[in-house]
Amino acid sequence: MSAADTTAARGWDVPADLNKDPATIPDPATTPVPADLRREIEAHMALYPDTRSAALPALAAAQRVHGWCSPEAIDQVACVMRVTPAELDAVATFYDMLYTEPVAKGARSIYVCTNISCSLRGADELYATMRDAAGDDAAINVRSFECLGACDIAPMASVDGVYVGPLTPEDVPQLIEDARAGREVLPDKQLARRACADPDVGDSSSSTPGGREAGA
Amino acid sequence: MTDKLLFDRIDEPGLATREVYERRGGYASLRKALTEMTPEQVLAELEASNLRGRGGAGFQMGKKVSFLPHGPVEHYLVCNADESEPGTFKDRELMQKTPHMLIEGIVIASYAARASRSFIYIRGEYVQQADVLDAALAEAREAGFVGEDILGSGHSLSLVVHRGAGAYICGEETGLLDSLEGKRGNPRLKPPFPANQGLYQGPTLINNVETLCTVPAILRMGGAEYARIGTEQSTGTKLVSVSGHVQRPGNYEIELGIPSREIIYGLAGGPLEGRKVKCWFPGGSSAPVLTGDDLDVPYDFESMAKAGSMLGSGAIIVVDDSTPILDVALKTAKFYRHESCGKCTPCREGTNWTVKMLERIDRGEATPMDLEIMASVQEHIIGNCLCVLGDAMAMPIGSMIAKFRDEFEEHIEMRRMQGLGPTADAGPALATA
Repeated sequence: MSAADTTAARGWDVPADLNKDPATIPDPATTPVPADLRREIEAHMALYPDTRSAALPALAAAQRVHGWCSPEAIDQVACVMRVTPAELDAVATFYDMLYTEPVAKGARSIYVCTNISCSLRGADELYATMRDAAGDDAAINVRSFECLGACDIAPMASVDGVYVGPLTPEDVPQLIEDARAGREVLPDKQLARRACADPDVGDSSSSTPGGREAGA
Repeated sequence: MTDKLLFDRIDEPGLATREVYERRGGYASLRKALTEMTPEQVLAELEASNLRGRGGAGFQMGKKVSFLPHGPVEHYLVCNADESEPGTFKDRELMQKTPHMLIEGIVIASYAARASRSFIYIRGEYVQQADVLDAALAEAREAGFVGEDILGSGHSLSLVVHRGAGAYICGEETGLLDSLEGKRGNPRLKPPFPANQGLYQGPTLINNVETLCTVPAILRMGGAEYARIGTEQSTGTKLVSVSGHVQRPGNYEIELGIPSREIIYGLAGGPLEGRKVKCWFPGGSSAPVLTGDDLDVPYDFESMAKAGSMLGSGAIIVVDDSTPILDVALKTAKFYRHESCGKCTPCREGTNWTVKMLERIDRGEATPMDLEIMASVQEHIIGNCLCVLGDAMAMPIGSMIAKFRDEFEEHIEMRRMQGLGPTADAGPALATA
């Protein structure tokens, strides 16, 4: 996380704005919400019998706008959903993909899986290399993650949801460069282009399983 | 080898579109079920198939459906696509490549369960798969397979793809329901089971992606015919995710009951050059580990239970002899410590202390007595929490201590020696985690 980001994280030591009551639903008159964000949250709320079910997609939407679930982001979601910020705070702190500490707006999120299957194949080294390569660049948000469900391409990483692997530390500079430039990341190593490992699936292609190109 | 039911021509270009899926005979089971059969008849086929849930618990799907109360109360169907058991990645491949198969399965199951609202709870990390599902859902809606009065049958169903936000515990069915209601994913006390009181307090059927994907095949071939595949108590085919120290990690569709060796050596190519299988998790990281001596155990629910482990989600993680067992134990324990929701004390504290004690071994501060304490901590977790997350750590860690006790003791001794100072014999180098 960047030192340039001045918004203090809330926690035991740095309390949130104590003048604000977290148990009060924010007043729409004094809580400006970007129109697009409001529309997106309301669209999610309309999908469920109980509007509160929209909490996760709504917080994710606010995070895309603000970079993280900042007090301001939480207030905006609470205002639209008509729940208290405290309720949303409780939700946001539970989930790994909702950030409760500052992340720069528009940063690329790189999750490196460091769970068992990936670490058996060198994920810990990969993660260390990735962190070093990203350095203190606020535009790159590197995190170690629990099993991302892609042990077939271990060790792997997810760049804003795009799975790439198997990775070696040598792939890291290119990956970070692609991420910084906003390009497609390591196209040859993307999971979506990989064929099923099972050799008997009766596909028209007959080349090596696991490595061949799958139909889009 | 039985024909592939789920992976049949899975890499065919365009299979994720309705056009190709339907051209291959997709949605025929849905038509048959909704226009020619009653919900009772569909349920009878599911029961005859003896299909057991593919998410981990292995409960018969037909029985689960039959537990739903009758009457006019609104029923819900939730597809558990939170696949986050370490080592498991089968649902990902299904959703990515053949999303319409899942939608078809959901619609048929909702008909049998008389559910009018359904949700796919997909883990937040699966961004691409959720996008694929959303696109497929739009096509299915347009074709009238999802929505009001499907194919004139009078059955209506809404379907929403709900994205999670990264929490292992949301794969536990009641944790998932709380999360879907917009709360922290804390598991609930059972009973009441979701079939009686689930989502929004209503009767809810929850099934795994692979289970629901199997439903169209069961309707196509008939429940009794499906039950002829596999063993008596583990019918059908199963997707197995093989990972870790094997030459060809990946998903394989197998007939239940084949020897595990055939999967690990035959399909996945066995351990890497010059290595031996040290231990393997047969059903995700929550399953007690088996060793190289257990490779001939048939891969099905009952044989795995008899061997002291479980089939779980069907994820085989192979660890070879280059890795110290302590590293595996520590990785496993740290994962469960991170993912414990913190609601029940034995799990919250037990996972934390297990990690601390394992780290103590690695720092050279442990004595063999610590192994006793650690083993007793595991015993005190099992069966004492609302859900099985704590058990899911206690079972594999307990099995590692029992099966690799000598290695743990050696490790303790070696680290203690190393701790004496730079002059002491450093012992063999350890792979550092």
